[in-house]
Amino acid sequence: MNQSTAEDPHHIDVKEFHSRARAAIANPKIRQNFRKAMDGLITKRKDAFEGWDLEALRDLGANVRLRALANLPDLLEQLETKLTANGIKVHWAIDGDEACRIVRNICVARNAKTVIKGKSMVSEEMELNHYLEERGIEALESDLGEYIVQLAGETPSHIIMPAIHKNTGEISELMHEKTGTDLSNDVEYLTASARLQLREKFMNADVGVTGVNFAVAETGTLCLVENEGNGRMTTTVPPCHIAVTGIEKVVGNLEDVVPLLALLTRSATGQHITTYFNMISSPRKPGELDGPEEVHLVLVDNGRSSIYQDDELLDTLRCIRCGACMNHCPVYTRVGGHTYGTTYPGPIGKILMPHLIGLDEGRHLPTASSLCGACGEVCPVKIPIPDLLVRLRQESVDGDKLNPAKIRGHGAKRGTVEAMIWKGWSWMHARPGVYRFGTAIAARLRKLQPRQLGGWTKYRTAPKLAAKTLHERMKERGQ
Amino acid sequence: MSSRDTILQRLRNRSGGELVIPDCDFSVLQRPLSSVAERIDQFEKTIESVHGEVHRCTRESWIARLAGILSCRGARNLLVPAAHQIGRALRDSGRDDLPELLIYDEPIGSWQPHLFNEVDASITSTRGGIAETGSLILWPTPDEPRLMSLVPPIHIAVLEASGLYSTFHEAMHEQNWASGMPTNALLVSGPSKTADIEQTLAYGVHGPKELIVLVVE
Repeated sequence: MNQSTAEDPHHIDVKEFHSRARAAIANPKIRQNFRKAMDGLITKRKDAFEGWDLEALRDLGANVRLRALANLPDLLEQLETKLTANGIKVHWAIDGDEACRIVRNICVARNAKTVIKGKSMVSEEMELNHYLEERGIEALESDLGEYIVQLAGETPSHIIMPAIHKNTGEISELMHEKTGTDLSNDVEYLTASARLQLREKFMNADVGVTGVNFAVAETGTLCLVENEGNGRMTTTVPPCHIAVTGIEKVVGNLEDVVPLLALLTRSATGQHITTYFNMISSPRKPGELDGPEEVHLVLVDNGRSSIYQDDELLDTLRCIRCGACMNHCPVYTRVGGHTYGTTYPGPIGKILMPHLIGLDEGRHLPTASSLCGACGEVCPVKIPIPDLLVRLRQESVDGDKLNPAKIRGHGAKRGTVEAMIWKGWSWMHARPGVYRFGTAIAARLRKLQPRQLGGWTKYRTAPKLAAKTLHERMKERGQ
Repeated sequence: MSSRDTILQRLRNRSGGELVIPDCDFSVLQRPLSSVAERIDQFEKTIESVHGEVHRCTRESWIARLAGILSCRGARNLLVPAAHQIGRALRDSGRDDLPELLIYDEPIGSWQPHLFNEVDASITSTRGGIAETGSLILWPTPDEPRLMSLVPPIHIAVLEASGLYSTFHEAMHEQNWASGMPTNALLVSGPSKTADIEQTLAYGVHGPKELIVLVVE
């Protein structure tokens, strides 16, 4: 059975990571689909940076993002002023629910019944489709991958390639069953069928909803990066366009998008550039013959301003959503995107989601990593993901009242027994006499040592204590 | 307090230390000076690697080349700009081997199904190109609206060879984009494509299936 149909995607218990991971690892189809895709993406990324001073480019990317974050409140105000002057209406939402309400209110005011969507991870975060559909507004995804995932009633398993967990045969069966296309392994046929179905929808949609890759404060410009043209369709054909984005997506100058775009497309899919880089600065002006008459931007906080409070965690907000960290992650490649049970899977999800859902709910996310460091090495904006994972692990077991909680669910994983063991450990290690006595006793009692040590000995033999302590052996050697 | 003010206040009163504003060194984006011929070569190579098609022609030969391209594809019609010299030159050419020439001179609402279902090809001008990424710069205007380069299955773009920049960074500075952006600006680098089905490339998923560039030298 497909891993993802086992649970309603809107009611996934993130805490059940381990049982999902076991099921995914035991599913050869999932492992094959992901492995094939990720291996290909790793090679393509490497080739795309051929001839570049990649370190200098990553430094520039990181600095451009840091500069924007250092000026974040000013830039957001500048963006609002510029967009408003350009005729784009700006809305602010504390959380996903408020953002959903804003989108719905715009739809209601226009008497809109159908919404066509371009790819937007923030709208996934808000669960916008679900919200609108419960209130009688049809929301249809137009990115091919998102369209497939929506037909299947699932959620994306990768932020760039939402349907990467499915192979052609599975997609063909799904489209046959839901839309009546012929069964075929011909990708061109399947793609052409989707084109036909979606063209009708574009023409009839009342509102287009998209995400934003970069919002430029200097000129009041919303930038969208895409290959299919569905983003251009969504932002041009319906009479109203609503863009939704996280507050961290703003950059100061138009020039800042150049290095970010160069890093984003190469890191994500190994492309020098995507087919379309779409820059929108206003609704249709008098005399223009197409384009929406109304354009809105919804700026969504949803936990980001909390992340912003901490000097170290702030680095999370540099992310440009390329997905390179998941493509290179040995854990993600093996368990797949749905196992995480979160909007953003993989390494970036592990450092971002605990802020959005709390460390209690997201307790297993920071530990679902071998800390191999690959994600940090490939991150185009140099987010120190492994360091942040360690920080979140510490936050999740920290019981120090003097260290005020930065994250909801701080200390959620702290156990009394474990805490006492470590307290005893540190007490012993600070006292040489006690330490020598303790290790000598442990060496003498080594016969009583258990052979099974829980999960550790499932695939390994238990380490055995030496008969003599290091101190004793050094003493014997007369040193 | 409004959500706007709450968010801005939280950001302004952040509890961490003072944030340092780093220097941004854009020199990594610079490329050595290149000749027009080198830029054309690089542009051609890059855009062809993503399924774009390049035809080099002259001010005298482009219309004949265009007629050949359209007739071998069996295009029934061609959407041309009403005022731009490309459209004028085509209408004035008096050639009988060109398909029916259409113009986009009414708001989209009045003829949307026709544009979506009946138009086979379109031709637009460009505001320049980018050699490094094989990109066309398009700033749609009332004469060449946004959907013109998106909806028909074949998009033909006319690129003046002298308008080729080395990089996006250079193009943006030379054309002084920061002083004011149009309603919509685009970089177009190939035909519409997707790899969402098992990473297999397919073209024309939503936009044009074919992108043909006439480089006028």
